[in-house]
Amino acid sequence: MLGSRRSTVTLAAGFLKNQSQPLRLKNRTVIGLLVASNVLGNFTLSRGLHEVGRLVSFSPWPYIHAFVNPLVVLGVLLLIVWLISQLSLLSRVDLSYVLPVTSVSYVLTALMGEFLLHERVSTERWIGIGLIGLGVSLVVRTVPRTALRYHKCSDLPYEAAQ
Amino acid sequence: MKWLLIALIVIPGTIADVLNAKGMKRNGEVYDFRPRAIFRLIASLARNPYVSVGVPAMAVSFFALMALLSITNLSFAVPATAFSYVLETALAKYILKEHIEWRRWAGASLVGCGVLLVSLGV
Repeated sequence: MLGSRRSTVTLAAGFLKNQSQPLRLKNRTVIGLLVASNVLGNFTLSRGLHEVGRLVSFSPWPYIHAFVNPLVVLGVLLLIVWLISQLSLLSRVDLSYVLPVTSVSYVLTALMGEFLLHERVSTERWIGIGLIGLGVSLVVRTVPRTALRYHKCSDLPYEAAQ
Repeated sequence: MKWLLIALIVIPGTIADVLNAKGMKRNGEVYDFRPRAIFRLIASLARNPYVSVGVPAMAVSFFALMALLSITNLSFAVPATAFSYVLETALAKYILKEHIEWRRWAGASLVGCGVLLVSLGV
């Protein structure tokens, strides 16, 4: 028991310390991470905010007060994961590729409502889910990156500089 | 109030996506996801002019969405954002110089319609 716990700790420490091996994630994995953190983040955040109550104010205090709720905190942490994966994905592929592909999150939210919360999904919603699926299947067949590559320290694209 | 919030979701959200896409392209491709590499990435993004405007704009859009969701439901909030798929695809073509072939146009339009139906057909 103790041994297995120690090996887990060693593994975790090794993972954190091992700087020689980059942790590479494929585009597909980053998209998965992005969609999952978006769906779960929105879900926990909206649950948490329902517990907190009405939130329309120009003063920051009600927003700060909302952070006492554990669901809100979890939701915000998940949305930080979402932000980092969104920015990393944008560094590699086109915006016009990222937007449609990550809209799979709407499909997952609707399906989560149907199967986890036992809400009935209406015919219009099923048609919408079909259209999103069709749109995404068209976009994933395009070349992910067509945008210009830039030199690190100037506004000149590589293509123009060469 | 509702329409002000919709404007505060759509306009800063669109600006944020375009600026972040441009800023991240200039930052260079991110492939390393170890904790230390992520902290290094955040530090370098703080000095990136596009991303340091884009992320706060995203936050404005996000807090406006939070505020809107606390007074209405999702079926009022999402339809206005569905249109932004086509708008942002057009901005990606003209500002970010992305090559938008017919599959991307068709895909973005289908997704926009789909998002509209998913959020309206409750």
